[in-house]
Amino acid sequence: MLLKNKLWLGLMTAVLALASTELFAAWDLNMMQGITEISRETYRLHMLIFGICVVIGVGVYGVLAYSLIKYRKSKGAVPATFHHNTKVEMVWTILPFIILIGMAIPSTRVLTQIYDSSESELDILVTGYQWRWQYRYLTEEGEEVSFFSNLATPDEQIYNVAAKGENYLLEVDQPLVIPANRKVRFLLTSADVIHSWWVPEFAVKKDAIPGFVNESWVIAEQTGTFRGQCTELCGQEHGFMPIVVEVVEQAEFDTWLAGKQADAAAIAELTNQEFTLEQLVEQGRTVYNTYCVACHQANGQGLPPAFPALTGSAVATGPIEGHANTVINGVPGTAMAAYRNQLNPIDMAAVVTFERNGLGNAVGDMITPAEILELQAAAE
Amino acid sequence: MAHGHDDHHHGPAKGITRWLYTTNHKDIGSMYLWFSFAMFLMGGVFALVIRAELFQPGLQFVEPNFFNQMTTMHGLVMVFGAVMPAFVGLANWMIPLMIGAPDMALPRMNNWSFWILPFAFAMLASTLFMDSGAPNFGWTFYAPLSTTYAPSSVTFFIFAVHIMGASSIMGSINIIATIINMRAPGMTLMKMPMFVWTWLITAYLLIAVMPVLAGVVTMMLFDIHFGTSFFSAAGGGDPVLFQHVFWFFGHPEVYIMILPAFGIVSEIIPTFARKHLFGYDSMVYAVASIAFLSFIVWAHHMFTTGMPLAGELFFMYATMLIAVPTGVKVFNWITTMFKGSISFETPMLFSIAFVVLFTMGGFTGLMLAIAPADFQYHDTYFVVAHFHYVLVPGAVFSIMAAAYYWLPKWTGHMYDEALGKLHFWLSFVGINILFFPQHFLGLAGMPRRIPDYSLQFADFNMISSIGAFIFGFSQLLFLFIVVKTVMGGKKATAAVWDNPEGLEWTVDSPAPYHTFSTPPLVK
Amino acid sequence: MAKAEDTANGYEAYYVPEQSKFPIWASFGMFLMVYGLGNVLNDHKAGIDMTTSSWIAFLGFFTLSCVLYNWFATQIRENHQGLPSAQLKRSYVLGMYWFIFSEVMFFSAFFGALYYVRFMAVPWLGGEGDKGVSAILWPDFTPTWPVVSNPNPDLFTNPEESMAWPGLSGALSYLPLWNTILLLSSSVTVHIAHTALKNGERKKLNLWLGLTVLLGIVFLFLQAEEYIHAYHELGLTLNSGIYGSTFFLLTGFHGFHVTLGAFMLAVMWFRSIKGHFKPEDHFGFEAASWYWHFVDVVWVCLFFFVYIF
Ligand code: HEA
Ligand code: HEA
Ligand code: CUA
Ligand SMILES: [Cu+2]
Repeated sequence: MLLKNKLWLGLMTAVLALASTELFAAWDLNMMQGITEISRETYRLHMLIFGICVVIGVGVYGVLAYSLIKYRKSKGAVPATFHHNTKVEMVWTILPFIILIGMAIPSTRVLTQIYDSSESELDILVTGYQWRWQYRYLTEEGEEVSFFSNLATPDEQIYNVAAKGENYLLEVDQPLVIPANRKVRFLLTSADVIHSWWVPEFAVKKDAIPGFVNESWVIAEQTGTFRGQCTELCGQEHGFMPIVVEVVEQAEFDTWLAGKQADAAAIAELTNQEFTLEQLVEQGRTVYNTYCVACHQANGQGLPPAFPALTGSAVATGPIEGHANTVINGVPGTAMAAYRNQLNPIDMAAVVTFERNGLGNAVGDMITPAEILELQAAAE
Repeated sequence: MAHGHDDHHHGPAKGITRWLYTTNHKDIGSMYLWFSFAMFLMGGVFALVIRAELFQPGLQFVEPNFFNQMTTMHGLVMVFGAVMPAFVGLANWMIPLMIGAPDMALPRMNNWSFWILPFAFAMLASTLFMDSGAPNFGWTFYAPLSTTYAPSSVTFFIFAVHIMGASSIMGSINIIATIINMRAPGMTLMKMPMFVWTWLITAYLLIAVMPVLAGVVTMMLFDIHFGTSFFSAAGGGDPVLFQHVFWFFGHPEVYIMILPAFGIVSEIIPTFARKHLFGYDSMVYAVASIAFLSFIVWAHHMFTTGMPLAGELFFMYATMLIAVPTGVKVFNWITTMFKGSISFETPMLFSIAFVVLFTMGGFTGLMLAIAPADFQYHDTYFVVAHFHYVLVPGAVFSIMAAAYYWLPKWTGHMYDEALGKLHFWLSFVGINILFFPQHFLGLAGMPRRIPDYSLQFADFNMISSIGAFIFGFSQLLFLFIVVKTVMGGKKATAAVWDNPEGLEWTVDSPAPYHTFSTPPLVK
Repeated sequence: MAKAEDTANGYEAYYVPEQSKFPIWASFGMFLMVYGLGNVLNDHKAGIDMTTSSWIAFLGFFTLSCVLYNWFATQIRENHQGLPSAQLKRSYVLGMYWFIFSEVMFFSAFFGALYYVRFMAVPWLGGEGDKGVSAILWPDFTPTWPVVSNPNPDLFTNPEESMAWPGLSGALSYLPLWNTILLLSSSVTVHIAHTALKNGERKKLNLWLGLTVLLGIVFLFLQAEEYIHAYHELGLTLNSGIYGSTFFLLTGFHGFHVTLGAFMLAVMWFRSIKGHFKPEDHFGFEAASWYWHFVDVVWVCLFFFVYIF
C-alpha cells in the first residue's frame, strides 16, 4: 500500500509541477494568460498562490509519507507518548497566518485595479437574454447601434448528425467588435434571469443581473477573435449562449461602426415597404427557429405547462393585434419575453405572420412592419 | 404503566413496528445510515447520468433541460439526503455510547426527526415525474430562475426544504440537549471525544442556519404565489438579496458537512497510530473558530455579482483566515501519526486518504478565496473539482471510515478486511481519475452546469467519466461488504481494535439494545 | 415508583419511553399537509379547481393536530406519573431554549433582508452608492424609504401610503403604538401569573394568565384591523413592491407566532384551571411564557425597524 501511496504522491506533485510550466499552458492544463494587463496580473497571482500551496503541500505530504513509512507497526515501531507541544502549535498557527498576509497584499492590489472602471473611451451595454447576448454601443443619440449575438452552431452538429466544427459551441452569428488598446467599459445587465459574461482572455467575468447594472472593462492589447461563454446557470440553453469578441484596430472599428449605423437606417427604410404574406412567412420561419423554437418547439407544440403550444392556440389564431402585442410586449411574470427590443419590426411582423400561417395554423391573415410600429408606439 | 427501570431489560420489539415506532437511538441511527446510503446511490445515479452525457461532446442521452434537473437533484440529494443524514445517523449511534448516556435526550422527537426525511425526499423525487419536470435551477436555486422562471414543481421543492429543515432543527436540538445534559459523571467538556465536540458545534451551526434557509425559501414562495418582490428589481427588491440569504445558510452548511468528518478522523487516527490525539485542546479551539468564521465568509460565493470593493475585500480576507484553524487540524493529525505505531486497517486507509485529499480540496478552496483569481475560476469545473475533493474524499470517505471503524461494534462481527482494502483502493483510484482532471477543465475554461462543451475539453471529460463509473460501481462493493458483515463473520471483541480510547469500547459487541442505563464513572 | 427503584449510585433513571406511534404519524400528517398545500397553490396559479388539494391539506393538518394533542397529553400524563427525572426536565428546558433560538434566526433572515433592501438595493436602483449606475434602467425612480413608488409600477402597484410613524400628533390614533403597549403589558401580566404560580396562589395565576391571553387576542384583533386598513384605505398589499413585501412578511410571521403563543397560553390556562402545575414543577407553563416573551421582543424590534425608523 505504501508504495502505491508514495507513487501517487509523486505523480500528483509531478502533474502539479507540469501544470505550472508555461509550456503546458498551451495544452489547456492551466489558466490562460490572456491579452490584457489585468489577465496577466491575474495569471501571475494564480500561479503565486498555486505555487505556495504546492510548496506547503510538498511539506505536509512529505512529513505524512515519512511517518507512514518510518513508524509502521509491521516494522515494530513503538508509539511515543507525547500529545501536545505548545511551541510547535504556536509556530504552525502563526506561520500560515503570515503566509496568508503575503497572499492578501498582491490580491488586494489586483482587485483594486480591476475595480477602477473610470475614464473609459467606449461604453457598451451588454444585456443577457434567454439565451443570447445583446450589445448596444452607447454612442451619440440617434447613432446608437445595437444587435443580438446568437449561437451559430447548427443543431446537426450538436445532435451528432454532422461533424463538429473547430469552434463548436463557441461561434456566433454577429460577434461583438471592439477597438484595440482603448479602455472599453461594459455595462452588464439582463432582461430575464441572471447570466454571467465571461471572456477568459480578458479575465472579465461579471454577472448580468436583471434590474441592476454591473461594470467591467477591458483594454485589449492584441487584435484577433476571443471566445467565451455564459457562466451563470440561466435555464435550458445556458450551455449554448457563447460570446465572441473581435478586437480590431481603431480605424477598422470606426468603419465597421459606420456600416452598422447605415444598416440601422436601412432597416428603418425597409419597414415602410410592402411585403407579401409569402415573403413574411419565409423570413418568419428563420426568425422563429432562432428565437422561439427553444420554448415553443419546432412543431409549435411547446412544452406545456411552462411553454404553451402555438398550434391552434387562442393567441396565435385569435385577433392579430393581440398576437402581435404578445410578441412585442411579452407576458410579464412569465418566460415570454418582450421582443420589442430583440427584433426589428420586420422580423416581428414576419414571425407573427409565420406563427399564424405555419406550425399547422392557417389563419390566412398577415401584419405589416408598419402596423407593428404603430402597435409599438401605442404601447409606449 | 411503564417502569423506567424495567425498560432497560427489554430487547427490541419484533417485526416492522420495531423500526416504525422505535425510540431507541441505535435503531434510529441505523435507519438514518441506511436511508443516507440509499440517497447516496440515488444521487450517484443522477451523477452517473451527468457523467454519461459529458463522456463526449454533443448531446447523446439527455436533453439540456433534463440535464439541469439531474445536476440540481444530484446536488440536493447528495447534500441533504446522503451526507447530512449519514452524520446524524453516526451521531445517534455513537454520541450516547461515547458520553455514557442511556439514549438521546428526547427519544420520541428523535424518531420524528428521522421519519420526516423519507417523506421529504419522496416528495422531492416525485417532482421528476411531474409534467413540469423536477427543479432545474441548480442546488443553489438562484432567483429569479427559481421563482419567475421556475417549473411549477418548485412549490414542492420549497415545502420539501421546509420539512427537512424542521427535521434538522429537531435533530440538532436533540443532540445539543444530549451532549450538554447527559454526559456521565466525570465526563467534563474537555474530556469529551472529538467526535462529540465536532457534533456539538455542528448542531449549533444547524440551529443557526437552517431557519435562515427556511426563511429564504419562504420569500421565494411568496414571490412565486403571493406577488411579493423580494427578488425583483421592478418592485425594489434584488436578485442578489437571494444569494446573500442563501449563502448565509450555504457556507455554514458546507462546514456542517465537514466538521463531523474532522471528528471521525480524530477518533480513528489515534487508534491505528496507537498514540494519543496530538493537541486535543487546539483541535477543539480550531473547530470552534472554523464554526465562528463560517458565519462571516458567505459572499465568497458571490465575488462576480459586483459587490462593492470593500465587501469583496472583507469576504476575501475572512475566507483566507479559515486556512489557519484548518491547518492546525491537518498538522495535528499528521503529528499524531508521527512517531506512532501505525497499522493500515480499512478505517485508517480511508482516514489517511481523507487527510491527503481533503487538504488538496482545501488548497483549491484557498485559491478560490482570492477574489481576483476567482473571477477566472468562478462557475467553472475548477470549483466543481474543489468541492468534490472536500465532499467526496472528504465527507464521504470519513463516513465510510466511520462505518468500517464502528461496524464491529454495531453488528458484533468483523468486516472482511481484504474486501475492505479492495473497496478502499478502488474508491481512492476512482475518485482521483474522476475529479483530478476537472481542475484542468476548469482552468482551461469549462463552465459548470452545461450538458455539452467545446472540443478542447473532450479528453479530460472522458477520463473523468471513466473515473466516475469506477468509483460509482465500487460503492456497490461497499454495500456488499456491509450486508455480509451484518449477516455474519468473525466475532468481534468488546474492544475490537487494540486498546482504542473511549467508552463505546467498554460495552460488548454488538452493543446491547440498551447501554449505560446507569451512567459509568469517568475518571 | 420509577424514581424509588433505581437509585444505584444515587442515579435517578432517565426515562426512555417504550415504542411510540406518534413520530411516524406526525411525519405523515406533516407530509400530507405540505403536499396538499403545494397542490393548492399550484392549482390556484393554474386556475384549476382546488377542492381535492384543499382536502388533502386539511386532512394532513388534522392528522398532525390530533397526533400532537395526544403526544402532549401523554407527555403530561407521564409527568403526573412522575416518570421524568430532574435530568429529563433539564432536557426539556434545553430543548425549548434552542427552539426559541432557531425562531430568532428565522426572523433575523427577514430583518436582514429588510436591512439589505433598505440600505443597499433601493438606493442603488435610485442611482446612489456603489452600484448607482443601475439607475440608467430606472430613469424615473427616486429612492425613498418607505418605497411608495416602485421602479416599475405596472408590475407592482404603488401603495398610496405607508405605515410609517405619523409623528406625535397622530400618535394616539396609531395602531402599532397601541399594539406595542398591549404586548409589553401582556409580558408583565404573564410574569405576574408566573410568580403567582411559584407562590402557589392559584386564583391569582388563573386571573393574570387569562388576562394575558385576552391581551394577546386583542393584539391580533388590532393587527387584523391594521391589515384591513392597509388593503382597503392605503392600497398597501403584498403586491405593492418591496415595502409591502417586507412589511407583511415581518408583521405577518410575527402575528402567526403571537397566535401560536396565545394558543399555548390558553392551553396552559385550561390546564391550570384543571389544577395542573405545581409551584416547583410547571415546565409547560414556563415554556409557553418564555415563548411569549420572545414574541414580545420580536415585536419591539418590528416596532422600531418596520414602523418607526
Ligand atoms: C465540505 C465542504 C467544503 C469545505 C470544507 C470547503 C472549504 C473551503 N472552501 Fe469551499 N465550497 C464547497 C464546499 C466546501 N468548501 C462547495 C460545495 C462549494 C460550491 C458551492 C456551489 O457553488 O455549488 C464551495 C465553493 C467555494 C468557493 C466559491 C467558488 C466559486 O463559486 O467561485 C470558495 C471561494 O472562496 C471556497 C473556499 C473555500 C475555502 C477557503 C475553504 C477552507 O475551509 C479550506 C481550508 C483548508 C486548507 C487551506 C488546507 C489545509 C490547511 C493547511 C495545510 C494550512 C496551511 C495552508 C495555507 C496557509 C494555504 N469554496
Ligand atoms: C456530498 C455531496 C456530493 C457527492 C458525494 C457527489 C458525488 C459525485 N458528483 Fe457531485 N455535486 C455535488 C455534491 C456531491 N457530488 C454538488 C453540491 C454539486 C453542484 C450541483 C449544482 O451545480 O447545482 C455537484 C455537481 C456535480 C457535477 C457538475 C454538474 C454540472 O455542473 O452540471 C458533476 C459532474 O461530473 C458531479 C459528479 C459527481 C460524481 C461522479 C460523484 C460520484 O462520487 C458519485 C458516485 C456514484 C455512485 C455512488 C453511484 C452508485 C450507484 C450505482 C453504481 C448504480 C447502482 C444503482 C442502484 C443500486 C439503484 N457532481
Ligand atoms: Cu446565460 Cu447561462
Ligand atoms: Cu463557502
